[in-house]
Amino acid sequence: MSDSAPTTADARRLARDARDRVRFEEEALELSDQVYRVARRLVGSREEAEDLVQQTYERAFRSWRQYTPGTNLRAWLLRILTNLNIDRGRRQQRAPQTTSIDSEAGDYFLYDKLASQMPDENPDEERVLERLSQDSIVDALADVPHDFRDVIVLVDIGEFSYADAAQILDIPIGTVMSRLHRGRRILKKNLADKAVA
Amino acid sequence: MTPIDDPCEECEEMMQPYLDGSLSEEEVARAQKHLETCSWCAKRYKFEEQLRHYVRVAVSEPMSPELKAKLAALRTPL
Repeated sequence: MSDSAPTTADARRLARDARDRVRFEEEALELSDQVYRVARRLVGSREEAEDLVQQTYERAFRSWRQYTPGTNLRAWLLRILTNLNIDRGRRQQRAPQTTSIDSEAGDYFLYDKLASQMPDENPDEERVLERLSQDSIVDALADVPHDFRDVIVLVDIGEFSYADAAQILDIPIGTVMSRLHRGRRILKKNLADKAVA
Repeated sequence: MTPIDDPCEECEEMMQPYLDGSLSEEEVARAQKHLETCSWCAKRYKFEEQLRHYVRVAVSEPMSPELKAKLAALRTPL
């Protein structure tokens, strides 16, 4: 063992390490709005989402060396967040709930259902959309079973690719696609039920 | 995707992957050809596209300044 003073090489390495760490933290913080937006719809309340995002950043800053520069940092953060969400015991990894989900209506279902309750035939899409309030959309999404909702939130709200969503949720890409397809149909059914009369 | 006899039914089946950009070139061409001549399907495609945007905006909640400050405070002190 020697207690020799740090060499120039050591000093350079430490300086590079500090610079990389600062850069990582800055880049991660720039993504925090996007991370929060996804977190908010993965869990039930604002408080839970805030706790989860804070824990995610604490863990990310501790584990920053595990991140590979040049890869998708937003997906890396979301992977930490979904793992923490499972660890916190609010969620169990399990097969999607399949009972009593009537999602067999086709993809034109929502337009057809809302338009059928309007006086005009084949009304313009903007007028049909006006029948959906912001609150009804938030509620309709919250009522989608979580296995389907997670995929909708990542792909449709967070704008992640199928591949990133598969990596974040640790499920096959084919499962992402099938849950997304079915989840969107469930969401549309919920929206039809909550539409403004 | 296997072609279906009813072109509108086939177009409906292709809507989600079409908007996701996950159809093959041949399937995209088939969907576009139908949409050019079928205003009924075209309207439903436009509705779906706008619905996705509308949902994304409706459920987006900004982060509180308090949380933003807490996250910034987690940075390593310089």
